[in-house]
Amino acid sequence: MESITPSNIFKDRDRASTVGSARGDWKYKAFSYLLLTLVAITMIVPFVWMLSTSFKSEKEILRRNLFPIDPTIDNYSEVINDTDLPLWYKNSFIVAVISTVSVAFFDALAGFVFAKYQFPGKRPIFILFLTSLMVPTEMLLIPWFIMSSNPPIGPTWVDTYWGIAFPGVITAAGIFLMRQFMQGVPDELLDAGRIDGVSEFGLFWRVAVPLSLPAIGALCIFNFLGNWNAFIWPLIATTRSEMFTLPVGIQLFSSESDTSWNLIMTGASLSVLPLMIVVIIFQRYIIEGIALTGLKG
Amino acid sequence: MTLARKKIVWAYIFLAIPIVFFAYIRIYPTLFAFQMSLHDYNPLAEEQPFVGFQNYERVLGELGEEKSKTKSAFQNTVNYVIFGVPIQLGLALGIALMLNEIRTMSTVYRILFFLPFVTSTIAIAWVFRMLYQPRFGLFNVILQLVSLPQQPFLRSQHQALPSVLALVIWQGMGFAIIIFLAGLKQIPRTYYEAAEVDGASRWHTFRYITFPLLNPSIVYLLVLQTISFLRMFAPVVAMTQLGRGGPLDSTLTVVLHVYNEAFGSYNMGFASSLTVVLFMLILGVTIIQLSVTSRRIN
Repeated sequence: MESITPSNIFKDRDRASTVGSARGDWKYKAFSYLLLTLVAITMIVPFVWMLSTSFKSEKEILRRNLFPIDPTIDNYSEVINDTDLPLWYKNSFIVAVISTVSVAFFDALAGFVFAKYQFPGKRPIFILFLTSLMVPTEMLLIPWFIMSSNPPIGPTWVDTYWGIAFPGVITAAGIFLMRQFMQGVPDELLDAGRIDGVSEFGLFWRVAVPLSLPAIGALCIFNFLGNWNAFIWPLIATTRSEMFTLPVGIQLFSSESDTSWNLIMTGASLSVLPLMIVVIIFQRYIIEGIALTGLKG
Repeated sequence: MTLARKKIVWAYIFLAIPIVFFAYIRIYPTLFAFQMSLHDYNPLAEEQPFVGFQNYERVLGELGEEKSKTKSAFQNTVNYVIFGVPIQLGLALGIALMLNEIRTMSTVYRILFFLPFVTSTIAIAWVFRMLYQPRFGLFNVILQLVSLPQQPFLRSQHQALPSVLALVIWQGMGFAIIIFLAGLKQIPRTYYEAAEVDGASRWHTFRYITFPLLNPSIVYLLVLQTISFLRMFAPVVAMTQLGRGGPLDSTLTVVLHVYNEAFGSYNMGFASSLTVVLFMLILGVTIIQLSVTSRRIN
């Protein structure tokens, strides 16, 4: 399991598939394709329904046709102009970027130290970090809320970007992943750097980081997606609509829209589609990343 | 300064911010939650009196009652886990096995299957909430097309939980499929070639080669998905009236109960004791995983 890298997990093109093709079992294959296509349809239909409703007028929803007869973009102008959705976008983006940049830097740095340095207290510190993986974040929500309302220094963290982002600016799982990866950085390379007078930080930044880019990339993608879709903590950490993230805004907007399903589906489309396009573009890296982090567990 | 000492100093400098972070943002709040659970903690009150284990006694008391929010929350959460995890993993395994044997279109299928996993739960839960509507919701439209009676889905005390569960299974399945696929790729092809030479049936190949060798992926997913179903929150908030876990608490989860108690009624002491119980449950699952995993290594 140790030799798994993103580039060799999915080299399935180089090899014949495992059983079916060798047997020429065409009935089984036809059956597989049929079932897979059915599943694929159930995966897409909700999105199609969402998108199509977002182009319908309120009256047309009750007509139950799959596609709008008289498509309108009024819903979009209404949602964009009458709600804080553009701000929720901005907030989600800022929070996701802050935490992703921070996670990439600090998780990689801590992973590098645990992989490549010997120092007294290494084990207890590593265990301290790992125990936090055992504790579900739900248990910390209430303490975090109390801490945010009365921080040790400065004004309240509620309704600030820092207040939304702080629980996730460094992650134990990321440090663990980076440590596994950084163990593969050759010691000879680091020692050669030391002889050439490269600083310890230089060794991290110019030797270890470039060699670990696949893992750092996977970490960044998950972290961004995780923060972008995060709901429970942003719900608690924000009170003003201008500071909501996208999921919090969509939830409150949708509950207040009562039964204006065309508007609710427009909000959902706007929050889902742009990210979905990005995900489709980077799908290979994302799928490899999921498999990579999953196997490392 | 010697090189060894210099490295020790740098190690501590590099770790300084992470150590402060974990101590202050992770460890201290954990202890704080335990401490809160022993107090009648209301942030709006003047005092937060120490009450010993009264909050835990209340949890146990309510679990023993005929009908209480706490009892519903735990019962429903257990139902989400015992139905959700096996159904989701069973479906995912079946799909992964089929997907592993085809080449044409396999990338397209993979993308489609995992798209729901990367979309916002809140947004997609609202989409499902619309699909479940009476009259114009897609599911009832389909029922009508095939001349079956209309169903209340989310509005029924009995159908609401399975309806929410369907969304969660649908959304998380893609993740399990990808983990299973990665696990299947690790199984050496020679095993299958040998099985073929021996004339093993498809079922025997699965039973004696694929399934045992896929064990690490299965255990990993069992634990991960059990924990994620235990922590369910967002789908229930988005799919129930006022996000309260109705109708009649039939979809309420432990985490939603915690949220309502802590941020609706400000019973933060009681809510903290509920989170401690949740923590114990999750710890139990993790310990079972560790013992299963270490037994396998031996």
